[in-house]
Amino acid sequence: MAEITAEATTPREVPESPAAPRRPPMLAVGPIAWLRANLFSSWISTAVTLALAYLIVRWAIGFVDWAFINAIWSVPVTEQGPQTQACRALDHAGACWAVITEKHRFILFGTYPYEEHWRPALCILLFIGLYVVSAMRRFWRPALGLIWLATLLLIGGLMWGGVFGLSYVPQERWGGLVITLILSTFGIALAFPLSILVALGRRSRMPAIKLLCVLYVELIRGVPLISLLFMASVMFPLFLPEGVNFDKLLRAQVAIILFAAAYLAEVVRGGLQALPKGQYEAADALGLSFWQKTGFIILPQALRLVIPPLVNTFIGMFKDTSLVLIIGIFDLLTAGKTAIIEPAWQGFGVEVYFAVALIYFIFCFAMSRYSQNLEAELNRHRVR
Amino acid sequence: MSATTDMAGQEPQIASAARTDGPPAILLDKVNKWYGSMHVLRDISLNVAQSERVVVCGPSGSGKSTMIRCINRLEQHQEGRIVVDGMELSDDLRSLDAIRREVGMVFQSFNLFPHLTVLDNCTLAPIWVRRMPKKEAEALAMDYLERVKIPEQARKYPGQLSGGQQQRVAIARALCMKPKIMLFDEPTSALDPEMIKEVLDTMVMLADTGMTMICVTHEMGFARQVADRVVFMDRGEIVEAGVPDQIFNDPKTERLKTFLSQILRGH
Repeated sequence: MAEITAEATTPREVPESPAAPRRPPMLAVGPIAWLRANLFSSWISTAVTLALAYLIVRWAIGFVDWAFINAIWSVPVTEQGPQTQACRALDHAGACWAVITEKHRFILFGTYPYEEHWRPALCILLFIGLYVVSAMRRFWRPALGLIWLATLLLIGGLMWGGVFGLSYVPQERWGGLVITLILSTFGIALAFPLSILVALGRRSRMPAIKLLCVLYVELIRGVPLISLLFMASVMFPLFLPEGVNFDKLLRAQVAIILFAAAYLAEVVRGGLQALPKGQYEAADALGLSFWQKTGFIILPQALRLVIPPLVNTFIGMFKDTSLVLIIGIFDLLTAGKTAIIEPAWQGFGVEVYFAVALIYFIFCFAMSRYSQNLEAELNRHRVR
Repeated sequence: MSATTDMAGQEPQIASAARTDGPPAILLDKVNKWYGSMHVLRDISLNVAQSERVVVCGPSGSGKSTMIRCINRLEQHQEGRIVVDGMELSDDLRSLDAIRREVGMVFQSFNLFPHLTVLDNCTLAPIWVRRMPKKEAEALAMDYLERVKIPEQARKYPGQLSGGQQQRVAIARALCMKPKIMLFDEPTSALDPEMIKEVLDTMVMLADTGMTMICVTHEMGFARQVADRVVFMDRGEIVEAGVPDQIFNDPKTERLKTFLSQILRGH
């Protein structure tokens, strides 16, 4: 035993000339080697590579032709409405982006009064500003909560109006992207804390609290979001006394929050379970109270562990808000769908849905990229 | 082990410095505990005086860890009394918090908080439990990190330290609460051999300050050096207890003799 230890500690022989480090042979590393190893390693692999490359190039050329080269960006608008003959003559050989040029304000703002469109536009910018500020870690302090509250109040004031000389706009006329942002932002901002409480409650030693949380999660998770939205819009008002009426958007919002929180709670619980028992014991042994232990030790670690599934749920939720169309709320997707009901624009669904999908994609992709950054940054302590 | 011998050798009389006349720091009176139907602690009675150093040894599964974990209620006993620093352990949360403030614990697997720096690990509890101002807590933490000889690692994360360093941070973290009693649950069992010594040295140094300590450990050299009393447990009961000399050189029971022969063969 002693001999082995002694041998292991004697320094290894150092190569004679450390000044000239050897490089790996060019054919073993670098892009050429990578291509050879991965794409052209045998004749089958070469054939597959070439065939797929051909398909990709063909498709890319076709797409560029359709989206840019043959595309029509605007059409003349006469007193009879937009003249879309040029678009129709294309017969889908090119995109008719004129529909977006004409209808983008409807897609973004829905039936909001035309001359007041600056208000929802400003709201969208406020939302995006809020996301950017919240994404920066140096703003992660209690004041951020106040910034959220102030921004959301401001957005409410702008949308409803009736204050500061703004004209009143009833909620029924709101629509488009701003609805999607309202539903998902409030949804995530309220469902997330709720889900943490439910996840903690499900692990509680108090049987009543535990049972309540289990029932909540299982009941909500057991029904489709659509049925919850129906209940919120149709059944819920039946139980209210005469004359009491909540805003339809608010009811849908509550349904979305409750639904998302049930899913998020299970994600958070997964993180709680993944923490070693020793972390709980060390915090207990130091005399930390339950909330101190949870706030300083357990949640910061548990939530870091579940960033990927959390963001997964957030992204799913962002897109699920489009289901409110079935109870007649005018979100981004519904606005797009409605834009092409007009006879002049019928048949240009591809272009509109493409634009709507692009907007969804930008928000979802931003969330995804941000979460990857955040994950890397927050888990730096694990890197040696 | 020469360094530890030197440190202990400076004050040879310290081994008998325990004040047995005052009220006991820890009192266990006929403590019983079951896991389901398994009887893991059987009528454990133990008196630990102020400043006394007790080493608990015994084969694995003998209940030694369970016993010390009952003292700060990481495990709950079902029968008998446990009195710590004059406060009886009960279901009353306030007395439990008070006891946990006075009892520091060091775990086999360190259990440092990996998302906090070494310094934050040490200051968290003093700031939030003792309500100490941040500056003061940091000065105190640096002082203890100095004593466990790793002040230069204060800004690092636990994952960047070696096992021995992590365990010394864990000791410093517990000491920052200024506990009256320290519990050690096999503090060196998860360490590589070359790191055991640095942790034991820290524990010897702590023993020299007159801290009341209960250590569950298999380090018999450490037991001989610092223990006022060695308690041998087997199958949930205390089989023998006495000064190290008597336990190691003159075991009375067959069980202790077997255990000692196995331990010595293993080393």
